[in-house]
Amino acid sequence: MSLEVVLPGMLSLLQDRGRFGAHNIGLTTGGPLDPKAYRYCNRLLSNASDSTVIEISFGGAHFRCQAHTFICVTGASMPLTINGETKALWTVHPVAPGDDIQLAYAITGCRSYLGVADGFQIAPSFGSTATVMREQIGGLHGDKLLPGDLLPCIEVKHRKLLRLAPKHQPRYQNRTTVRVVPGYQQNHFSQVELNRFYSEAYKVSDRCDRMGYRLEGAAITSDMQGMLSEGICFGAIQIPADGQPIVLLNDRQTIGGYPKLGSALSLDAARLAQLRPGDIVHFAPITEFEAHNALHLAESAIYRLPLEQFA
Amino acid sequence: MEVSIAGENALIVYVGEEASPATAAKVQAASDAIKQALGDDLIDLVPSYASVLIIYDALKTDHLSVDQRVRKALTQLHSQTDIKGRTTTLPVYYDPEVGADLESLAARNDLSVDEVIAIHAGTEYRVYAIGFAPGFAYLGQVDERIAAPRLATPRQSVPRGTVAIADRQTAVYPAASPGGWNLIGRCPIRMFNPESTPVMPVSVGDTVRFEPVDRDTFLELGGELS
Repeated sequence: MSLEVVLPGMLSLLQDRGRFGAHNIGLTTGGPLDPKAYRYCNRLLSNASDSTVIEISFGGAHFRCQAHTFICVTGASMPLTINGETKALWTVHPVAPGDDIQLAYAITGCRSYLGVADGFQIAPSFGSTATVMREQIGGLHGDKLLPGDLLPCIEVKHRKLLRLAPKHQPRYQNRTTVRVVPGYQQNHFSQVELNRFYSEAYKVSDRCDRMGYRLEGAAITSDMQGMLSEGICFGAIQIPADGQPIVLLNDRQTIGGYPKLGSALSLDAARLAQLRPGDIVHFAPITEFEAHNALHLAESAIYRLPLEQFA
Repeated sequence: MEVSIAGENALIVYVGEEASPATAAKVQAASDAIKQALGDDLIDLVPSYASVLIIYDALKTDHLSVDQRVRKALTQLHSQTDIKGRTTTLPVYYDPEVGADLESLAARNDLSVDEVIAIHAGTEYRVYAIGFAPGFAYLGQVDERIAAPRLATPRQSVPRGTVAIADRQTAVYPAASPGGWNLIGRCPIRMFNPESTPVMPVSVGDTVRFEPVDRDTFLELGGELS
């Protein structure tokens, strides 16, 4: 039983929640750029929360079903059709062998998650199925999905038909504010530089991918004269010599030697990763305590917001 | 030692200012102590030249608790700077055939090729950091007499196993990749093998020695020339 990839679109990757505990051998985390949409996909399908789904960037993907199962698509507003008929996102749909599943190009946002009941059945590498192309690890062969790939899944006859009420669905826009926990080398940036960083608007550049989002705008300078490479956590905001900030994301290298002024709140980095080149980003500092509260509330919402059963 | 915030679920501990064997020993001692202190609350740990990045589970614990436990663990570190990790000996076939920059590096530093080999293999290295790519271990310090800056133009592809020098660091390429280091030889032991346990023959803090081997031995040990 499987789902056949007819056209993968610009970039489609198998992802689970990510690869943790392997930084010591130089492996990064990978995993979904928008964990909220990823987790709702699995919750709606009544799956284990770390099940393997397809992350589809920008859209233009086409799959053919070879099993009786259920699918759900969450995330960016990529128009979904099954056998040419428009279907709702954030909603579980039954599918049968021969069904054609198509995702057009996203209208807002750019990352979507297509899950199946019980998840795709992929052997984990280093504890995870997350695909990191730079490392050639995870997924089917450490690579993005290609036409003709068969993604193993399980025949499922019964599943609750659930949806997330439209009022709870995220609205992806073309600008966002990213909250930042100041840290790392922040003391090497003067107050003037920090004020500039937190007041200017930055534009998402063409160089935005799963490793990081490079931004364009007011240059920021530090008084650092070279530094030793050190561990880079998720969301770290790196300021290279040209002063243009880079927000480091899921596929970042685990160590690096550029000054960093803190790290983006993961909840906001997820919304950043839904932006496209030309979109606008503002930054706002928050304390580690505010960050902690925000994480707990978001976690609770993902588990507890009621889903609607519609059939 | 200085403990700083790195992110919403991350702290970074700075144990020194510069890369040195003494700093590497402190990094290792701090890493061990932090692992013990945090147990299951720890998600990932990234020891590097003079720092240890701690990534913890912010849904199980909080910043204050982690900060407190880390600081306590660090104050209980004795001057364990003598503690060494394992010592691993890696065979190397040093030859222009597999080390395209061996002769130019020797000429640049006014040494013979044999002298470069003797100095490289006669030094004990510490694993300062692992990163950049899966299994890429930064080893230091390279003797100043054979140090060499990175190439102005990096190569498109450096074969797996290549032993190379950049400034005062040396490394064995874990996989074929682009690279700007000076190539001096090749090691038949794989630095990153997903099918073996452990995946890597070395960890941060370990000691590494290189042992010169001839072409036949290199091939017998599974080395590849292409």
